Amino acid sequence: MRRPLAAACIWIALLAVPFWLPLMGGYTDLATRALIYAIAASGLNLLLGYTGGLSFGHAAYFGLGAYGAGLCLIHVAPSLPLAILAGTVLGGIAGILIGPLVMRRKGIYFSMITIAFGQMFYFIAVRWNGLTGGEDGLTGFSRVPVQIGGHAVMLGPERFYYLVLAVFALVMAVIWQILRSPLGHGFVAVRENPTRLRFLGVAVERQIWVAFAISAFIAALAGALNALLTGFASPDNLGWQLSGSFVVICVLGGMRSVWGPFLGAAIFIVAQDYLSSITQNWMSFIGLIFILAVLFFPQGLLGFSRLKASR
Amino acid sequence: MEALLIYSAFNGLITGIFYALMALGLSLILGLNGVINFAHGTFMALGAYLAFTIEPYVGFWASLVCAPLLAVVLGLLVERWLIRPLYGRDPLFSLLLTFGLAMIMEDLIRTIWGSVGQPFALPAYLNTPLSGSLFFLTGYRLVVILITALITGGLFAALRYTRIGIRIRAGNADLETISAMGVNIYVLRAANFGIGIFLAGLAGILAAGQLGLSPSMGSSLIMPSFVAIIVGGVGSLMGSVLGGLIIGIASGLTAALYPVAQEVVIYAIMAVVLVIRPRGLLGQEGLLE
Repeated sequence: MRRPLAAACIWIALLAVPFWLPLMGGYTDLATRALIYAIAASGLNLLLGYTGGLSFGHAAYFGLGAYGAGLCLIHVAPSLPLAILAGTVLGGIAGILIGPLVMRRKGIYFSMITIAFGQMFYFIAVRWNGLTGGEDGLTGFSRVPVQIGGHAVMLGPERFYYLVLAVFALVMAVIWQILRSPLGHGFVAVRENPTRLRFLGVAVERQIWVAFAISAFIAALAGALNALLTGFASPDNLGWQLSGSFVVICVLGGMRSVWGPFLGAAIFIVAQDYLSSITQNWMSFIGLIFILAVLFFPQGLLGFSRLKASR
Repeated sequence: MEALLIYSAFNGLITGIFYALMALGLSLILGLNGVINFAHGTFMALGAYLAFTIEPYVGFWASLVCAPLLAVVLGLLVERWLIRPLYGRDPLFSLLLTFGLAMIMEDLIRTIWGSVGQPFALPAYLNTPLSGSLFFLTGYRLVVILITALITGGLFAALRYTRIGIRIRAGNADLETISAMGVNIYVLRAANFGIGIFLAGLAGILAAGQLGLSPSMGSSLIMPSFVAIIVGGVGSLMGSVLGGLIIGIASGLTAALYPVAQEVVIYAIMAVVLVIRPRGLLGQEGLLE
């Protein structure tokens, strides 16, 4: 009974963000960014927390989503839904292609290969100047009005927030359904006991591949939304620091929980925003968050509270 | 054209040597400590900056030894207080920890020494080309090759013939057994970590003499070192060296023929190796699979 109640409270709070956040000194775009990171981290957590694949290169798919959306707006058609779709498909396809190269690896070796492939996309974005704008990033696009029932609706910060919130709800619903399905149970089984699964006749590698591809699609979706939020796609969207940030978001919130990545993202984004406003050395503090999370909250905040409750 | 290719291949060989030294240290730490040391690149940058600072007082040759040793001191502290609590836990955590450490160290280097790149002063007699026709062959590059050959050879000999080397190799094979036989594996792992950091610091100074100093030099050299390990094969130190040289030369040649792809070619090679020979060139079959 307590869980649905807590979930309802969270959703109501999220729906009311544009009303209460400015009162607390925040701004709506900050909440939008937190939700976007929550989408990406939730997607990653499907692989990281539930399937046990330690991907440290998911910013690659996030960034490809951002570039895909931007390029679609510039070169194909000024349509918001099409841009989101294009970004998602671009990053998702990259995930499908990279998946087979990493799925046979375990543990740290898996991490190392995903880091390296992430870096590959980074260098493609930096070096392919004509298409991507190189180091400066891709600019020259913005949120175009959406056609709804014959009216052109311009998405300001609030309306865009609600669009992202709707996407977030959709992603949470999809992840929830996957985890309840045989596929999701298969993911957890891969994490817990791949040997037994193999004896039962399940193609373990294919499970990992599916999890990898789904999480890449979701990360790319978040990346496309991020490009529309900032009006900009930068090589940093593909970089290793962002990949690491996604992982630490999952760990901070709790990898064994559906809401963990959301909680982690909210804390991370607020901390990053605050730290970068008060000190130039905010990178040190973000690094410190990494270290403290590992040493003191390896179960994550949600896992931590659950551990206390069960005692 | 031929001269250009030889020149580029040689340039690539020098960069490959830096990759190889980095990959060798990473590989050692990955093997016995079971940790991907993401901060390896910043330890390398630290070694270079320390050398930059102490060189005016002690000279180039002494800084080549002292600066990596100073980096090792910090490395041992990190191993003792941050990494040791994570042994035996999910490898995710040690990787995240070194990730955070890399961010902090890079930021501190930027704060202490400035974010603008700086040249690393070499003794003048090392910086002049040896002959007119082989204009790319400076004394410094010869020194880089010689030192690396000596260090790598010495390391392999030490692993083969000294007591601690034999223990490190045995620990790679079965840590539990050598622990049961009375080897203090905590000291062994710390020593192993220190050796890895020494190699990183040395690579940093050698690279600084060639490429100059910048706070982000570590993160730009560590990624190719990962690729070197994957291409060479996890679990094989010789493979890591070989992998580093291969991708260095390939990158150097691509820089001459199609400069835009000089970084991407490294990852393309990795993808090809992963498809054709998933365990890497000299990797052991079944390790970490």
